[in-house]
Amino acid sequence: MAVPILKQGPFLIASIQAALTDTDVMRLQDDVMVQVGRFRSRGIVVDVTALDVMDSFVSRSLRGIAHMTRLRGAETVIVGIQPEVAFAMVQLGMNFEDVHTALDLEEGLAFLRQRIDREPDAGGG
Amino acid sequence: MPVAGDVRVAIRTDADVVTARQEARTMGAELGLSSTDLTLLATAISEVARNITTYAGEGEVALRVVERGGRRGVEVVASDEGPGIADLELAMQDGYTTGKGLGLGLPGARRLVDEFELRTALGSGTSIRLVKWTRA
Repeated sequence: MAVPILKQGPFLIASIQAALTDTDVMRLQDDVMVQVGRFRSRGIVVDVTALDVMDSFVSRSLRGIAHMTRLRGAETVIVGIQPEVAFAMVQLGMNFEDVHTALDLEEGLAFLRQRIDREPDAGGG
Repeated sequence: MPVAGDVRVAIRTDADVVTARQEARTMGAELGLSSTDLTLLATAISEVARNITTYAGEGEVALRVVERGGRRGVEVVASDEGPGIADLELAMQDGYTTGKGLGLGLPGARRLVDEFELRTALGSGTSIRLVKWTRA
């Protein structure tokens, strides 16, 4: 199932609705990259509240989204990692240190807003 | 004592990986595994089942309820008839991979469950047995 991506001002919100297959995750990566270019987005929130498992593949792919979008001048923040999922990720040995995270969508958007307020205007569109 | 029936999930595609971990969640929840333990188990299954799709192409995840000393648990056997693992010690090291992953799959899965046993033979396949027990 494709993950819907909504545009909200300078940001994109990708809201994962249900368990993701590897194919869904790879499609999300592609879709986010396309949309960042199309809308000249400055930030992306990926909401994983609905995910009951973040295994090494999903974690690596989300980290990949964060790194790739950063190269395009947009920051990604992952929001809504469930407590059990966080526990499992640590046990698994996932390193998520270079990825921004926030408690929920609201916090994630606040983080991105602060970030673009701090930066000098890049002069885009 | 009534015990839930065995469940076998054929693993051919990445969607089957999701089915296998959801079946395990259902079985574990019936036994009374905690929410955290269910997540750890589901994550471990995701890792070993993905090893099947990545390296062997196809295989199976079999789930059953086991009992020992008054505790019950979910036993998972993920098996395939793929190429087998050439260097088991290396495969169990964090960060080692011959594929496209991070090399956290097998060593990570071992940390998520209570029992982890891996058998492999070059050319004839791999079988990984996991157990997650209810807390006493």
